[in-house]
Amino acid sequence: MTTPLALVARGLSRDFRGFRAVDAVDLEVAAGTVHALVGPNGAGKTTLFNLLTGFLAPTSGRIELAGRDVTGLPPEAVARLGVARSFQITSLFGQLTSGEHVELALQAAQGGGWRFWRSDKLLHRHRPRARELLAMVGLGELEQSKADSLSYGRKRALELALALALDPQVLLLDEPTAGMGMEDVERTIELIGRVREGRTVVMVEHNMSVVGALADRVTVLQAGRVLAEGSYEQVRADEAVITAYLGSGSHAAH
Amino acid sequence: MTESSALVAQEMAEAERPGPEPRGSALRRNARWLLLAAAVVFALWLPFGLYPAVAVEILCWALFAVAIDLLLGYVGLMSFGHAAFWGTSAYATGLVAIHWGLPFPLAVLCGALTATVLAVPIGYLAVKRTGIYFAMVTLAFAQMIYVVANKWSSLTGGENGLQSVPRAITDNFYFYYAALPIVFGGLFLAWRIVHSPFGRVLVAIRDNPSRARALGYAVHRYKLMAFMLSAFLAGLGGGLFAMGHRFVSLETLHWTTSGKAVIIVVLGGIGTLWGGPLGAAAIVRLEDWLSFSGFEQIGLVTGGIFVLTVLLFRRGVWGTLFKRR
Repeated sequence: MTTPLALVARGLSRDFRGFRAVDAVDLEVAAGTVHALVGPNGAGKTTLFNLLTGFLAPTSGRIELAGRDVTGLPPEAVARLGVARSFQITSLFGQLTSGEHVELALQAAQGGGWRFWRSDKLLHRHRPRARELLAMVGLGELEQSKADSLSYGRKRALELALALALDPQVLLLDEPTAGMGMEDVERTIELIGRVREGRTVVMVEHNMSVVGALADRVTVLQAGRVLAEGSYEQVRADEAVITAYLGSGSHAAH
Repeated sequence: MTESSALVAQEMAEAERPGPEPRGSALRRNARWLLLAAAVVFALWLPFGLYPAVAVEILCWALFAVAIDLLLGYVGLMSFGHAAFWGTSAYATGLVAIHWGLPFPLAVLCGALTATVLAVPIGYLAVKRTGIYFAMVTLAFAQMIYVVANKWSSLTGGENGLQSVPRAITDNFYFYYAALPIVFGGLFLAWRIVHSPFGRVLVAIRDNPSRARALGYAVHRYKLMAFMLSAFLAGLGGGLFAMGHRFVSLETLHWTTSGKAVIIVVLGGIGTLWGGPLGAAAIVRLEDWLSFSGFEQIGLVTGGIFVLTVLLFRRGVWGTLFKRR
């Protein structure tokens, strides 16, 4: 393999009171690719995300970011090393406007959050870039709207704008199209296709048309283990994957 | 009774309704300046209308309440041990005034800085917890400091307290005006913090700590910084309190002191900043009036007010009357 690896997990496991949510997962994400994690509910996808971003500490195993060991680092440290994530359950700051959200994210990336002796107007220097990002995700008109007042699909879009504001090397998207209508899904596919340039994207996704359209590589998880890995076409034809998804009943149908 | 609660409900409903934004904002800005001017005039008049000693006391508690509000309203952390900072600063202020003869503004500053330093270890351990656990950790530390102050009587005077703290301005009426700039400075600092890039991060942390961490903000360290700033403000209040009374008692470290500060903030309005001074004026004045009329169960009344506030208008006086959400 000559492609450098952006993100690597080796023998990654996580227990919750005796229940093994993630079980000895090995994952290699090549730099510049879109890598999808799929699997049924409870397969450990979100737990794996939380491990990769430092929100959970692994019970065992190791995580490398561009060759650097980041196992056990807190989430803010992982974020500052160039990993941005979105959350599956929309996770915003209710009382702040869309514009304030993105300004805050841009400040996080560029520093200055400690200045308690300065006016918060200082955040406005991020405004031009914030507007660009909001326009990019289709929220150009909604800069002044409080996050609580946005519709579900728009909250998802704001999630994405926040992650992009960090200009991350690695972008982790937890079900970016969950709960979206067809039109929004199309737009999100197009958007991810655009922002993946120069980045590595890892995404958890249930919608197979999204995976098919974007993913260079797919890892299928089941019960915390890697069931299969390969291109979308390979994985889709994989006997074990078909069984896992459709149940053993599918054999009877053959 | 039913009439007043209906009125309160109506007020809350009105406050809840989102206002017309573009035209209203200029009006609101002007209204804000008017309110500020009115508050300054009121503060300048206060020692004419009250006993100057009571007026000084209101100033001290206003700072203390704003310190609590900074944590409770803007970081979502309820400290139940802030008497540790108020009282420690009171003792430190008294001691440097007695032993080094420092003039009162410097002595108060020394006290506030001592409180800030004390906030480093306590805050470091406390900010790892939230909710009731945070409150309990701060309370536990405050109780420890109370016990230490009680036992270390060679320094603190134990149960006798620190007697006869020297003060150049002996008349309380003039002392009030000498203290006022310090109080305005402290209140301005609190306002600046809330409306700063740092304050924006605090609100984000309050609303969604996980999201703030995912953006790269070191949440614990931001909370610790807010805790230290809050301790500094509480220390300013405590130092002035020591100079105001020319005496420091163990009561400044007692948990009931922490409780009174919390009651003041809840009554005035959490997360409003204005609520602190307003609640302080109301509670201190009321307590003074009650004790003057020979009523001994003061706690019964303030406690009753606290319960009514929480039950009937949770956003406090300021929040209910003025704040739009």
